[in-house]
Amino acid sequence: MKKIVSLLIAAVMLLAMVGTAAADNVIKIGIYEPASGDSGAGGKQETLGVQYANKVQPTIEIGGETYTIQLVNADNGSSADKGPSAAAELVSAGVSVVLGSYGSGVSIAGSPKFAEAGIPAIGISCTNPQVTAGNNHYFRICFLDPFQGTVLANYAFNTLGVQTAYCLAELGNDYDVGLVYYFKQEFERLGGFVIDETFPTNTADFTSYLDNAAALGAGVFFAPVSIAYSTQIIDQAAGKGVDFALMGGDTWDSNKVIESAQGSNLNILVSTFYQEGGNAEFDAGFKAWLNEDAEAMTNNGGNDMIAAVSAMGYDAYFTALEAIKLAGSADSKAIMEALWNVDFTGVSGKITFNEIGDANRDTAFIKQADTANGVWAFVCEQSVN
Amino acid sequence: MTIIRKKKADAATWISIGIVALIYVAVFVAEQLLPPTHMLFTVLKKGATYALVAVSMNLLNGFTGLFSLGQAGFMLVGAYTYAILTIPVAQRPAVYQYFDGGLVQFTMPVIPALICAGLIAAIFAFLIGLPVLRLKSDYLAIATLGFAEIIRAVFQWKNIGALTNGSNLLRAFPTFEDFNIRAADGTVKLYLSTLVPFLIAGVCIGLIVLLLHSSHGRAFMAIRDDEIAAEAMGINLSRHKQMAFCTSSFFAGIGGAMLAMYTASVQAKSFTSAMTYEILLIVVIGGIGSVTGSCISSFLFVACSEWWLRFLDQKQMIGDFEVPLLRNGFRLVVFSVIIMIVVLFFRQGIMGTRELPDLFRKHPKKAKAAKGGKA
Amino acid sequence: MFQTIFPYLLTGISVGGQYALIAIGYTMVYGILRLINFAHGDVFMVAGILMVYIVASGAPLYVSIPVVLILTALIGFVIERVAYKPLRSAPRMSIMISAIGVSYTLQNLVLYITGGLNQFYPKIPFISDSVTIFGATTKMVTVITPILTIVLVVALVLLINHTKIGMAMRAVSKDFETSQLMGIKINNVISVTFVIGSFLAGVGSILYFSNYTTVIQTSGAMPGLKAFVAAVFGGIGSIPGAVVGAFIIGICESIIKGLDVILMKAGLTKQMLGLATFSDAFTFALLIVILIAKPTGLFGEKITDKV
Repeated sequence: MKKIVSLLIAAVMLLAMVGTAAADNVIKIGIYEPASGDSGAGGKQETLGVQYANKVQPTIEIGGETYTIQLVNADNGSSADKGPSAAAELVSAGVSVVLGSYGSGVSIAGSPKFAEAGIPAIGISCTNPQVTAGNNHYFRICFLDPFQGTVLANYAFNTLGVQTAYCLAELGNDYDVGLVYYFKQEFERLGGFVIDETFPTNTADFTSYLDNAAALGAGVFFAPVSIAYSTQIIDQAAGKGVDFALMGGDTWDSNKVIESAQGSNLNILVSTFYQEGGNAEFDAGFKAWLNEDAEAMTNNGGNDMIAAVSAMGYDAYFTALEAIKLAGSADSKAIMEALWNVDFTGVSGKITFNEIGDANRDTAFIKQADTANGVWAFVCEQSVN
Repeated sequence: MTIIRKKKADAATWISIGIVALIYVAVFVAEQLLPPTHMLFTVLKKGATYALVAVSMNLLNGFTGLFSLGQAGFMLVGAYTYAILTIPVAQRPAVYQYFDGGLVQFTMPVIPALICAGLIAAIFAFLIGLPVLRLKSDYLAIATLGFAEIIRAVFQWKNIGALTNGSNLLRAFPTFEDFNIRAADGTVKLYLSTLVPFLIAGVCIGLIVLLLHSSHGRAFMAIRDDEIAAEAMGINLSRHKQMAFCTSSFFAGIGGAMLAMYTASVQAKSFTSAMTYEILLIVVIGGIGSVTGSCISSFLFVACSEWWLRFLDQKQMIGDFEVPLLRNGFRLVVFSVIIMIVVLFFRQGIMGTRELPDLFRKHPKKAKAAKGGKA
Repeated sequence: MFQTIFPYLLTGISVGGQYALIAIGYTMVYGILRLINFAHGDVFMVAGILMVYIVASGAPLYVSIPVVLILTALIGFVIERVAYKPLRSAPRMSIMISAIGVSYTLQNLVLYITGGLNQFYPKIPFISDSVTIFGATTKMVTVITPILTIVLVVALVLLINHTKIGMAMRAVSKDFETSQLMGIKINNVISVTFVIGSFLAGVGSILYFSNYTTVIQTSGAMPGLKAFVAAVFGGIGSIPGAVVGAFIIGICESIIKGLDVILMKAGLTKQMLGLATFSDAFTFALLIVILIAKPTGLFGEKITDKV
């Protein structure tokens, strides 16, 4: 038996070696995204943006030579304990720059592996300040939670006219906990009352939390949780016929959320990075690609609605290309230096980085679920002074 | 099941010690020669960590016959203790961002912190052991599993966040990479980031082996083989069970701290019962009751899951032929099938109850020459 | 006060009913094989996934529901034959490890098939509708669950007490070897036990996932563990015990989630204590208390050690 096992292992190793053979004139870009787990659906949509961008621009000219860009995927499984392994996988695959991730917790967890290897990473939709704070290899092209939380709190207090807010976060999810923290801070500063609670991972029953919110007379139920939980919250809220508004962060901007809300009479509001129609050329091209490619369509959740994170993924790819051009080489160190000077306009707006490595962004879009037609309706552009 | 030990080390023991020493030298040399980002080192670091945890679990399940499923809980305690004690003071405000920099405002060196990690885990084990060690087989398993879940929830509680950072990540503490010796300009002069976890795990496993060879170790095995007979022979059951439980948790705590160093961040969320099951499967594959087996299977397990079987998760082309079935998750399917085969048809695991020196002795008839491994 | 607590009770009873249907499988298997069937929670999850795929293939509900139940029972049967039967003479730890291995395999298989993404459970008309009782709005399934659970349990108890196979099951659980000597076909009895347990888990999964609409490979783990705790709590091997235990755990869990609010409403606390964090842990605390105070559970029989 031992002989068979060792033979098998040897065969497997051989195959693994064949699989990693590399070609010349290739620059590898790592995609550090969840393809499974609670945030898998969002991670796939974000990856789609990068893949589409790669389809639009598969090569780059450096010093008169044409390099092909090769995307390397690693699934961080939406969880902080699988993140470091996925990050190590990308590092050992020899990527020059990393894009991702969807979800702040995994980004923070993978960050040290990239730091050790001296590889720059560009966060696409990880909004927690901790991702970029205190390091100089992690950049990000989206807005931050202090901003997003403030925007949402202002909207809830001033526009919805709500006095009491109920916040719900998943235990140990940096994105949720962080966003709730900043929301609470601002909402209380405005003079409102906030109750916040947390639920353990793999919770399926949210009715008790909805009951809590109702019992306390909350006017808004703010739960910036991952898509998997948000769809359950919406479904159970619809079953209970709650009368408060449901509010989410950028994770809620998903066709899955809309799907589960369809036909109900819930008031669902989200803040997000990009509004479909923001860039007609991108929208048309992306939709055409989805309709062509069955696998891409499945990864997008079965229809051609454009998720904001796809647009962000697209921009992240071009940000990386811009940095490679500025650096004039595929060397990670040079790219890291060059990223500070990137200045370009993507589909989601102008991208420049500040001294922390965060994009200078000052607007978020508020969208409302049109539950009758199953689409997101644009409400307003919100910014804070 | 009898394990015969001679008082004086024989040739087989010396050969084994030689093999282990060779492995350490090989690790050291490989680290200087190969690029540090090579997947081999990821496997070796994580493998060393898992080897320690697996041996600590084997001490309990394999040698003392106490079926405990609380390993993840004690690893959590160890990982948190280590992280809380070693995060540099300057980094604390950033890490404890929602808790005003946290309660603990000092930093400990790595080795004392590791020992503390073990001690705190052992204290937890002592307290938990008082009520649960009276329970028998599967009831003990469930009770320890339950305690692991409770520990996880308590560490995530917001109200003790000043200590544990609530449910948020702990990070910025020293990791294995900090053992590399660097020149003034930041370039690495001497790579030690893989050798150090090997040393820590080696020392700990060595201590466990010594314990197993002492009179206490023989008492553990007597309890495993027949509790009532052992009691009749004058072995203090509750004291020895408690001792095995605390020792196992002590090393599980250190293992947890090593896992924290490997992943560079800690979160209570990841120490689920699934982690305990994973370690249990490692112990089973290696052979319940074999320290050598646990070590070998840890490295095989980690290498398969992190490295060798990874290609199963990606599309592969052989010429123009796309290999069917390969996509995200297939690796785990293959992996679980292998595990089921071992569990069902090779119940002895890789080593059964044999140890490395047994492979060089003539007495155990079935001893076959196997490659590699460490004791 | 009643108005505050009632919605939590309602949820708790419903969750309890679903746990009860899973717990029966645990308790019956333990009664006969002295095995904690760790894979049972995953069988429950697989039933959910089957429903998603069968409905997606276009089968109408009146076809897909029976098909799912039959397939789930079949899976239970196959698992027993493949993973437990070969180990019948092995130490108990080996067979428990095999159960853990099966659980691991089922989860990974589902991860592979679904791509690790949440699957949306089909809406079943009527039981997915909303209903209002005593001022609390909830889904119809919440009301149906406890009733259906009780009906199924009564049917099961009748089966065990008044049929030949039921008698054989009782005999086997009393004394494995003697009943074998008396000519009872042990393997058949064990298979029937697994089939019944899995069938009930299948029913439980329909109710559970109609309520909590997404299924992922880890969906079975927590309900499975809790149902198991319920079985131990009620006295493992005892069917009424498992049902009572499940309801107690379901209700406690639901109350814990709302405890902060209840206490605040009652004026006992001024601020949120974050007790909802312990909604899962409380179940295990309850388990440990009962194990220490009365190791055989509420309705369990006393087991004496044989030397």
